[in-house]
Amino acid sequence: MSTVLVILETAGGKLRSHCLPGITCAAQIAAASGKQLALLVLGADPSSAATAIAAAGYGAAAVHTLAAPTLEPFTAEAWADAIVHAIKLTGATVIGGSASSTLRDALPRAAALLDAPLVSDVVAVKSADTFTRPVSSGRALLDVKVAAPVVFFTARGTEFEPAQGGAAVSVQALAAPQVNNLGVQVKGVQKTESSRPALTEAEVVVSGGRGMREGANFKILEELTDLLGGALGASRAATDAGMVPADLQVGQTGKIVAPELYIAVAVSGAIQHLAGMKGSKVIVAINKDEEAPIFQVADYGLVAKWEDAIPRLIDLIKAKKSAS
Amino acid sequence: MKILVTVKRIPDPDESLKFAAGGLDYSASKWVPNAFDEYAVETALRLAEVVGGTQRLAEVIVLSICPEASRQHVTQFLAMGADRGVIVDADPDKLDTVAVSKLIAAVFKKEACDLLIAGKLSQDNEGSQVAQRVAGILGLPQACFAATIDWDQTGRALNVTREVDDGVETKRVPLPAVVSVDLRIVLPKSVRNGSTPATHAYNEGPRLASLKGITMAKRKPVAVLKPADLGVAATATEQSVGVAAPPKRKAGQKVKTVEELFDKLTKEAKVL
Ligand SMILES: Cc1cc2nc3c(=O)[nH]c(=O)nc-3n(C[C@H](O)[C@H](O)[C@H](O)COP(=O)(O)OP(=O)(O)OC[C@H]3O[C@@H](n4cnc5c(N)ncnc54)[C@H](O)[C@@H]3O)c2cc1C
Ligand SMILES: Nc1ncnc2c1ncn2[C@@H]1O[C@H](COP(=O)(O)O)[C@@H](O)[C@H]1O
Repeated sequence: MSTVLVILETAGGKLRSHCLPGITCAAQIAAASGKQLALLVLGADPSSAATAIAAAGYGAAAVHTLAAPTLEPFTAEAWADAIVHAIKLTGATVIGGSASSTLRDALPRAAALLDAPLVSDVVAVKSADTFTRPVSSGRALLDVKVAAPVVFFTARGTEFEPAQGGAAVSVQALAAPQVNNLGVQVKGVQKTESSRPALTEAEVVVSGGRGMREGANFKILEELTDLLGGALGASRAATDAGMVPADLQVGQTGKIVAPELYIAVAVSGAIQHLAGMKGSKVIVAINKDEEAPIFQVADYGLVAKWEDAIPRLIDLIKAKKSAS
Repeated sequence: MKILVTVKRIPDPDESLKFAAGGLDYSASKWVPNAFDEYAVETALRLAEVVGGTQRLAEVIVLSICPEASRQHVTQFLAMGADRGVIVDADPDKLDTVAVSKLIAAVFKKEACDLLIAGKLSQDNEGSQVAQRVAGILGLPQACFAATIDWDQTGRALNVTREVDDGVETKRVPLPAVVSVDLRIVLPKSVRNGSTPATHAYNEGPRLASLKGITMAKRKPVAVLKPADLGVAATATEQSVGVAAPPKRKAGQKVKTVEELFDKLTKEAKVL
């Protein structure tokens, strides 16, 4: 039986939670095509992470591991080689995972090595070979039919539920791959340290735009964010101006988020920004310009200056918290 | 050093979309250069020029797969400062990404280039995969989603910072290599070539073509090739079979005060 193979990412011996929607998308493809689902964990020593993943199973038939020292730190060069190797050993015909920066870097390269197409940012599985994906800043949803012996995909995390644990399965170690990282050197990722939940996983996101004027003014948005247990986001204008780190950018070229509550403060609502947050359950916009396009997607719009509105909103939330 | 920059023309993203059976209808669209490719050309020019000097460190070649007659974006990039152009005469909407990537790889090889700079994403089809594919086909190192590039001329390598989900990764890639550029590559100090003074700050964003550039562009050579000249056959692994507008959000309401907003969020939306 041919296989749908999901490429997983781990950190500190644990599955990274952003991978779970990718498993769900893969499971839907497997169900639509009568294929079995398998998971792949790769790294210098993936065994302990794989054991934990196999204990939860996630509906897969097997968890495969591939071990090689050159697989850590991540490079697209080594990962693509290893993924191709795993595909050959497992006979997988559909390969993918959540559309993280890691898989968006490595999977197209692996696909090219196998002369296979890749469907980016799948938001729905229509049938065994037809997937829906957004184009043009999310203004249209295209159904793409793929016809090839091997097909790759990445899944948009906000559009699939996180996969649930199920029956335990076994771990199968695959023979070590030949990987070549072509002389590249990775000096590691400079992480934006934050005690807040990940932007893509938070229930509440508070985003600030150019109208915040300077980085120091984000303090008040951080206070609101922390009161709500949320994550901080920003528009491109705010990140480009250096008010906040670049990885907080929400939008077509930033993070795609779909929290329960999205509060856009001093963000105009450019199409590229909307592409990253339109899927939010409840959208609140606070902007001093009543013509700002953000109001067209907001469930609740308040025409006001943030200097007036945010402190008041914080007071009201604090009062409610202390009353309950 | 030879730098190849891939440039795509896209339907103007500010125009509204026209939905047709099975796909989008671009027949009446105005075409503009893909923004990320403008950034890619700006990146190449910053690497190639020595600000304050006359020396050029690299030749900048722009490559587009487009109908030969629809080459205005190529002319625009020549006016901006690229040295010459290559057009692969084909309608990219009739090719799949597999074939487009092979064509780019074939031109890179034919021209014996040292560096490919592509946009991170085409704003219309948003595949975000061409650069990675070309690197795979050519067996070259890749640095995708670049926010800054520092060219180490003596070490024949690029030190690149890449925008990744958790922050910024630093990656050193020996040349020849493939790079795809992200938005912040056009901030004033994002690109350094080791010859332009490190203190130099560029204007933010891609440069505008000068009048002289526009005049000169007409005289710059543009080679036109057919896919068959490059030994690449058209493949059709992907086909668009349907299109829909995303679900519309239902009309929202304006609130007059923060108190009213708070009240609605607690009692009506129940999110606070
Ligand atoms: C290829 C490409 C990709 C892009 N990708 C992204 C992306 O991923 N994400 C993204 O966000 N953008 C992206 N952009 C940029 C986008 O087009 C907009 O330029 C950007 O989103 C604008 O940011 P902004 O809303 O903060 O700033 P502006 O558009 O300048 O809006 C600022 C807003 O603040 C309001 N304001 C000012 N002062 C106050 C105050 N005191 N109180 C309340 N309101 C106030 C103003 O009324 C205004 O509406 C992209 C652009 C391109 C070309
Ligand atoms: N038809 C084309 N001609 C030239 N370059 C292209 C073409 N299509 C894509 N590219 C390049 O590949 C990048 C990424 O495109 P994509 O993978 O489609 O999002 C673009 O920014 C361009 O640099």
